[in-house]
Amino acid sequence: MPMDMTEPTNDWVTIHIEGKPFRADKSQNLLHACLALGFDIPHFCWHPALGSMGACRLCAVKRFRDDQDTQGEIIMSCMTPVSEGLSISIHDPEAAEFRAAVIGWLMINHPHDCPVCDEGGECHLQDMTVMTGHAAREYRFKKRTHRNQDLGPFINHEMNRCIQCYRCVRFYRNIAGGRDLNVFGAHDHLYFGRHENGTLENPFSGNLVEICPTGTFTDKTQKAHNTRSWDLQTAPSVCVHCGLGCNTLPGERYGLLRRMRNRFNSDINGYFLCDRGRFGYEFVNSLRRIRTPLFRTGKESPQVSTDMNQALSSAVGILSNKDRVIGIGSPRASLEANTALRSLVGKDRFHAGFSETENRLMTLIVQIMSDGPVKTGTLKEAAMADAVLVLGEDVTVTAPRLALALRQTVFSHAVRCAERVHLPAWDDVGVREVAQDDKGHLFIATSQPTDLDDAARSCFRGTPDEIVAFGFDVHARLNKARKNQEDLAEPDGMYHSVVTAFQNARRPVVIAGLSSGSEAMIKAAANIARNLAEQGKDVRLIFCVPECNSMGLALLNGKSLESAIDAVNRNLADTVIVLENDLFRRTTSQNAEFFLQKARRVIVLDHLQTRTTAMADLVLPVSTFSEGNGTLVNNEGRAQTYYGVIAPDNSLMESFRVLNRFNGSGPDDPSTSRNRDAVLQDLAEDLPVFAPLAEPHAPLAFPVPSGKVPRQSFGYSGRTAMNAHVSVHEPRPPEDPDSLLAFSMEGFDGSAPSDLVTRFQAPGWNSVQAVFKHQTEPGGPLLEESSGRCLLFPAEENDASYFDHHDPCEISETELRPVIPLHHLFGSDELSMAAPAVASLAPAPYVALSPSDPLADCDTVFLSFNDETIKVPVKVVKDLPPRAAGIPASVPGMIPGPLPGQCRLSREGQP
Amino acid sequence: MLSFLQGFWVILKHTFRKRETVLYPEEKIYLPPRFRGRIILSRDPDGAERCVACHLCSSVCPVDCIALQAAEDETGRRYPEFFRINFSRCILCGFCEEACPTAAIQLTPDFEMAEYLRENLVYEKEDLLISGPGKYPGYNFYKVAGLAVGGKDKGDGENEETPVDVHGLLP
Ligand code: SF4
Ligand code: SF4
Ligand code: SF4
Ligand code: SF4
Ligand code: FES
Repeated sequence: MPMDMTEPTNDWVTIHIEGKPFRADKSQNLLHACLALGFDIPHFCWHPALGSMGACRLCAVKRFRDDQDTQGEIIMSCMTPVSEGLSISIHDPEAAEFRAAVIGWLMINHPHDCPVCDEGGECHLQDMTVMTGHAAREYRFKKRTHRNQDLGPFINHEMNRCIQCYRCVRFYRNIAGGRDLNVFGAHDHLYFGRHENGTLENPFSGNLVEICPTGTFTDKTQKAHNTRSWDLQTAPSVCVHCGLGCNTLPGERYGLLRRMRNRFNSDINGYFLCDRGRFGYEFVNSLRRIRTPLFRTGKESPQVSTDMNQALSSAVGILSNKDRVIGIGSPRASLEANTALRSLVGKDRFHAGFSETENRLMTLIVQIMSDGPVKTGTLKEAAMADAVLVLGEDVTVTAPRLALALRQTVFSHAVRCAERVHLPAWDDVGVREVAQDDKGHLFIATSQPTDLDDAARSCFRGTPDEIVAFGFDVHARLNKARKNQEDLAEPDGMYHSVVTAFQNARRPVVIAGLSSGSEAMIKAAANIARNLAEQGKDVRLIFCVPECNSMGLALLNGKSLESAIDAVNRNLADTVIVLENDLFRRTTSQNAEFFLQKARRVIVLDHLQTRTTAMADLVLPVSTFSEGNGTLVNNEGRAQTYYGVIAPDNSLMESFRVLNRFNGSGPDDPSTSRNRDAVLQDLAEDLPVFAPLAEPHAPLAFPVPSGKVPRQSFGYSGRTAMNAHVSVHEPRPPEDPDSLLAFSMEGFDGSAPSDLVTRFQAPGWNSVQAVFKHQTEPGGPLLEESSGRCLLFPAEENDASYFDHHDPCEISETELRPVIPLHHLFGSDELSMAAPAVASLAPAPYVALSPSDPLADCDTVFLSFNDETIKVPVKVVKDLPPRAAGIPASVPGMIPGPLPGQCRLSREGQP
Repeated sequence: MLSFLQGFWVILKHTFRKRETVLYPEEKIYLPPRFRGRIILSRDPDGAERCVACHLCSSVCPVDCIALQAAEDETGRRYPEFFRINFSRCILCGFCEEACPTAAIQLTPDFEMAEYLRENLVYEKEDLLISGPGKYPGYNFYKVAGLAVGGKDKGDGENEETPVDVHGLLP
């Protein structure tokens, strides 16, 4: 059972370890307590997020009955509760021998694979083998072997290496809710895999790489360009593939981004990432990257590559008449980049680069979040909630890690059930037995079936308008229930259970988002949350925002893209700077083309080729999250910094540096070398909401007596050979003036604040399990945890009132059908689609119809919106509202641009 | 005075001893097989590249003068995409040979590598790879490893059972 699901009871008792007294928390198991106290006890099957199961028998220690007892008995520490007066020995020779024997038995069949195993060097089994002292296989007979399975583009399977600890199936089935991974067979022929070859279906399958203590499941994308963990240059980073801002740890070698790993953060992602976040990184190495500036002399001439200095001076020339320049920012560019653009063009000419709808919704969300009274919630709070209502959002695809957190509400509920029978939260099997099939109080209201439905107590299906009405109704009924004028007409209906659950809840959570494009949806969620807050509940309101810096951009108060188009159309401006934004995703192709043609000169800064860069007069390559530093604001309003892992070079700069040079200054001009802090300071002075960013980030004030924090491990190899083919004189490490991290092996080796920790490692612990050495206790927050700075605080006093529900305008034209936007984990995110592994799982174009639809019997239909018509296959989806058309969002091959409210469908052969 | 005479006597005695100095390069001296000189990469008894690109030699190297990158052929066999030793840094300590789990990297009794240009001391895989197994004639790592590679399926290795298959397990 996840430790972070339980609140520490702080019921401290004294236990004796090796005869010395220690204080330990009674709610924990002995293994957890000993690890927290700094003792090393080998273990496999216990994990802070999984709890205890007692499967591997490695965590054996000796327990003594009393002072007289010298014999003692061997117990499994992970299955033993901490109790007053408990006396144990970890180093007892018999216990140590037992542990070495357990490893010895595992080694009977373990392959001689370390040199060719991707886990090598960060393998928990290697660490445990060394820790127990087992050195040589004594068994002379044959080794068991296994056939592997093809588990899709993300996960490599090498079943020979399995040690039968059951962690994988416990994570996959119990935590992530997957069904297609299981254990087969019996006795010494256990097999962990799928019933047949095929891609693992769960959106969190990538975590198997980290949860499996061996190299049975490894990262297939990394395998294609494998590098040992000690050879990677790593730095704290933030995921760029959705708005939640999960913390990540990218790894670089020889200028190539080699992999993405989870970076523990107790508030947000904990131990787990979603597959989009873990495998989307390969867009950095994509062939679609822009590496040199491109320039064209006129609208008709072709783009030719040029060098950076040349390109910068052309930019200065183009921008000579400042009054006619407008800038278009981007929700996927850093806060620094957007700010630099805003200062360059002036705040009146800064456009956020959101579509009109998105801009309106984001502004509304910012307003709700800052007006209060409801606080926004972290993913940890979502996981601990005792009642959750999701309004109109398929969170598994729009904010994937949130879906995993919501699954945990089922377990937090089970823990509460178990408490009643005095079962400790860490007893994984016991807790599940007690709870049986009793789910938590998760309620989902969406237009389409979602991946999370199986964890929900009940689901509501309807058109977005019906969901809005449902939301406002829940609010109204909560009001009635408050005034005890309860007339819950249908006591068995979903209203009844939602309202009752909320009435009984202490920590309810309400979730909504942008994906349905409905303002009323957000208002309904805000009303419910506010209602609960006024009842004195510790309620949280979570909004799913689409991109990694949507929130940061919204706080900059830019105008929408449509107003930029309008400005050019009305000839108020003729020169456009587009920052890391593909306009064809935000508006109709017609609009975007018109705009880019009409503007006299268009400068685009981006790292990937898009339809927008193809139409630009000047394209400047900029760095991605992995080549530079920057700040992203996540859906909670938490500003987090990411640090690059690929050493910068002169031809590839962060967007804000390129923009700084647009005023004509040379590279040595102080205004050009203005660093991130200066940019953020200016911003903080300009917009009060950014005031927390005015101070250099706490870590920047952090004293580094022995130099900066190294991005390379002390085992980093090849320093004097990796560049020797170019020059035998080793270059000096590149500078990173913007951060307290260095591209070097040398520097600070103490304990840095958590957002400067570049890797998790401790003596004897080289695998990802070493995270616990960086935590206050296993599963707890990191030492000196400082994960970003919050920008949005609900106002103390607020006079805002409830939102009113306006009835939706009826669709008058009968051929028009309401559009249900269907997002895809793989397919709807722009950046990860440039990663081949992710792109290979994206869906082909389709339109989803309900079974009752008259067109449901067609194979293909003509779909028209945004002034375009395409022929697409029909997919029948049960539960979809009748007459609605489910349209996959931003999937290649579909009509580009934002999804409208309505579309037209026609049978083949009909106009 | 006496000590002076003793000293002279010792020197006088040495004048008549057999000379250790040889007329190198005309005359070569004997170097035992375990002499730690120029580093080579060997091949296994089947003639395939032995190195599996495990990065152990590079990580153990005290002067960090080995750099390589792993790659995999279509049959799953690992090999180094490039393998570079900067001999202008190498101190011929032999740690790499000790660390190597496949007996691929070996130090040889050859020290005649002097160059006028430091650049010429940077050896790539082509310069390092020899055509035989070197000092360890019999060893073939993939025969004892569990991985299936070209020419060796699961269960075909030394001392291996026939593989367990998920289909054979279903009731
Ligand atoms: S799982 Fe660990 S011990 Fe087993 S072969 Fe891989 S690195 Fe070696
Ligand atoms: S595959 Fe990995 S996690 Fe699963 S049982 Fe085997 S060793 Fe444990
Ligand atoms: S949930 Fe979002 S932020 Fe987290 S890993 Fe997935 S895509 Fe990245
Ligand atoms: S230790 Fe041996 S097998 Fe490993 S990389 Fe070096 S030469 Fe290759
Ligand atoms: S960790 Fe205790 S039995 Fe596995």
